[in-house]
Amino acid sequence: MEITSFLPPDIIRMIVSAVVIISFVFLNAMVMTYAERKLAGHFQRRPGPMEVGSHGLLQVIVDGLKLIGKQLILPKDVDRPLFRLAPLLAFIPVVLPFIVIPFSEKLQVADLNIGLIFILAISSLNGMAVLIAGWSSNNKYSLFGALRSVAQNIAYEIPILLVVLTVALMANTFSLKGLVEAQSGMWFILLQPVAFIIYFIAGLAETNRAPFDLSEAESELTAGFHTEYSGMGFSLFFLGEYANMFVVCSIATILFLGGWHGIPLPFLEYTGVFWFLLKVYALLFVMIWCRWTYPRVRFDQLMNLAWKYLIPFSLVNFIITAIVLVIVKL
Amino acid sequence: MKSETNTQQNQSFTLNMGPQHPSTHGVLQVILEMDGEYVLDPQPVLGYIHRMHEKMGESRPCRKFLPNTGRMDYVCALPFNHGYVGLIERAAGIEVPPRAEYIRVITSELNRVASHLLWLGAFLLDLGAFTPIMYSFDDREQILDILEEITGSRLTYCYFRPGGVYQDISDKFIEGTRAFIKRMRSRFSIYEKLVATNIIFIKRAEGVGVISPDMARRYGVTGPLLRGSGISYDIRKQEPYSVYSDFDFDVPVGENGDSLDRYKVRVQEMEQSLRIIEQALDKLPEGPYLGKAPKKIKLPPGDSSFSVEAARGELAYYLVGDGSEIPYRLKIRVPSYSNLSVLPELGRGILLADLVTIMGSFDLVIPEIDR
Amino acid sequence: MSGYFSEILTGGKSLLVGLGVTFKAMLQPVVTVQYPREKTDVTSSNYRGHIELVRNPETGSFKCIACGLCAKACPSECITVKSEKREGVKGKVLTVFQLDFTKCSLCGSCVEACNKGAIRFSQDYNIAGFTKEEFHYDLLKRLEEMG
Repeated sequence: MEITSFLPPDIIRMIVSAVVIISFVFLNAMVMTYAERKLAGHFQRRPGPMEVGSHGLLQVIVDGLKLIGKQLILPKDVDRPLFRLAPLLAFIPVVLPFIVIPFSEKLQVADLNIGLIFILAISSLNGMAVLIAGWSSNNKYSLFGALRSVAQNIAYEIPILLVVLTVALMANTFSLKGLVEAQSGMWFILLQPVAFIIYFIAGLAETNRAPFDLSEAESELTAGFHTEYSGMGFSLFFLGEYANMFVVCSIATILFLGGWHGIPLPFLEYTGVFWFLLKVYALLFVMIWCRWTYPRVRFDQLMNLAWKYLIPFSLVNFIITAIVLVIVKL
Repeated sequence: MKSETNTQQNQSFTLNMGPQHPSTHGVLQVILEMDGEYVLDPQPVLGYIHRMHEKMGESRPCRKFLPNTGRMDYVCALPFNHGYVGLIERAAGIEVPPRAEYIRVITSELNRVASHLLWLGAFLLDLGAFTPIMYSFDDREQILDILEEITGSRLTYCYFRPGGVYQDISDKFIEGTRAFIKRMRSRFSIYEKLVATNIIFIKRAEGVGVISPDMARRYGVTGPLLRGSGISYDIRKQEPYSVYSDFDFDVPVGENGDSLDRYKVRVQEMEQSLRIIEQALDKLPEGPYLGKAPKKIKLPPGDSSFSVEAARGELAYYLVGDGSEIPYRLKIRVPSYSNLSVLPELGRGILLADLVTIMGSFDLVIPEIDR
Repeated sequence: MSGYFSEILTGGKSLLVGLGVTFKAMLQPVVTVQYPREKTDVTSSNYRGHIELVRNPETGSFKCIACGLCAKACPSECITVKSEKREGVKGKVLTVFQLDFTKCSLCGSCVEACNKGAIRFSQDYNIAGFTKEEFHYDLLKRLEEMG
């Protein structure tokens, strides 16, 4: 702090954290791509990438270079500005939630008192990007993917909101830091197992991951909303998807798995990040695991699952929690 | 009122599915008239991979047509071989030694299991599950290794000859086949757990694409599709060719005729095929593997036909001879062609995802349809 | 209503069972062959590569008597056999034996047709090329090179 004392410390803090967050998003995408391909390989009893680098470790970098080097194809009759805007719009909203995520007690850019609502608000922008991509592509398959994605996002935001509200009710705060601190005694997954399961299923659907990857259902819509995108246009969607997965899993960790809490390590205010990332990547592993196990659900079944199962259950869970809380306080 | 119907009509649009689409399995094109996610009218377009196999059969000596038969249905080539050599033998009156018939049955059934395994993987891939295809390919690879040992090729077999087979089977083949049967029986439980009991799979397949027995009869549907609809019709039982009457096996049938039943029928058929192979290996007679057949086979005037049960249904060859080496007329009735013809009626008013399920459950091989 | 809850239970259980299958698979060793690094063995089987001429162990030269039966048996007419009469040698002497592998369907009719056992299947499966002409094999030259 001595060197930077002539600058307002907040600006430095902002710049440093912006750089760190963006590099973390890219790093996370690299780790996830590698993990996904490697795990997919082993689930299918094949080794996955093996050629570039030891055990294919450099494969992701080579793929990234390839994507950067590729021509950005602009198909005929697309809506140019929107077609270019969509990948950016898919990428930016997933970077913003990192601002409020508490990686450990001290590692947090800004602790907003409405952090949870901020994340929920920002992450619904993702559906917008998919819609714009599908609409502007001038491709029927893309349009299908976009329409499905929007309907899916709307349906699944309701159970997520209800579940999040339940937990916020228990912790009596919307601040993510406050939520984690409320779990210092007992993780909320033990008190709210149903809420956790609902959140996880809805989270899979929110991130368009298999078995809910209807917007890019390969066997039906070839590649769905990103059919017409090539090179970096495609890879921004790709980065966005992995960052979005990370955000969804880190919220699950914050809400249910006690955030940075774990076996105490030295300098706990900072090293809590180890436990946090461990929990997040464990959840991400389960997401990958599900993807490589299940068939895809059908569109109407997806809607049924949300409206007939997840929403009633989360609503009942919410009401019971509220009643129990009132009784306990009495 | 009129304008309202007009807007109703304008809501539908055309979607070209294929010829390059992940789930048309080759170069099938289906032109879909769509209303949102609903398919109003699917029309298959055939002929993208037409290679005039029948005409080629009418323009060359019958022995020289043999390699073509394996290339119509490359997934299940040996029954196609079998049908053609059976036809030549029937037309020209060639005797086949019993050992050759047993070898034909063993290899054909192995090929049927391989074909059904490929279908299982591809069907699940259509439904969006990526892993089952890798497991089924692992099993299928074992069959290909076994068949490569005696036929010399892995896919487009040309192994049967008029009067017998190309070469005798070895002890290594018999051991390998027995080991495979043992392995495959233990693998069924994996498919059961991963696929058949999975709630998502059941929801996707149950009640989707119901072919009623009446509809199946109208379109001439055969094979697992027909048996899935509850009609027990299998050429191996109905008019046993080769030595199929020597074996004890069941013909699995479904109840509802939906995609789930077709899945079940095919899995049970694999089990029955393993039973047939096991019995054939136990009973395998000694003797020559290739009987006496003239180098130049003269086809006597008159017509003859021969049907076999291929993996996808009834495969029939029909031939008219004129006393020369070259058939005067050759007609091949392939199962997938008739099976596909149900699609326009079946695909009316269903979701796009269901259409993919239905086409996956049909086990279409496009080069076979187009010939 | 009871069907509603029992479906959740059986469905959920089936999903967990499915996860169990893939998890078990993950812990098992891989089954694939890393092709350029590892290769499967075809020499023990009756693998059908393209055909090649067989050497006569007594003379050290080809067994082929240039009768042309293989070329006649071939459905795709991909074998060209040419021969000449030489003084002091009984019968014809093979001068050209070419295989157009682009047309070959590996049916084995030629090997079957040969009375003298003068052609057989090679075990080559690593064959790739950039032009059509690379697959017009001169089998006579190949026999000499192998010698």
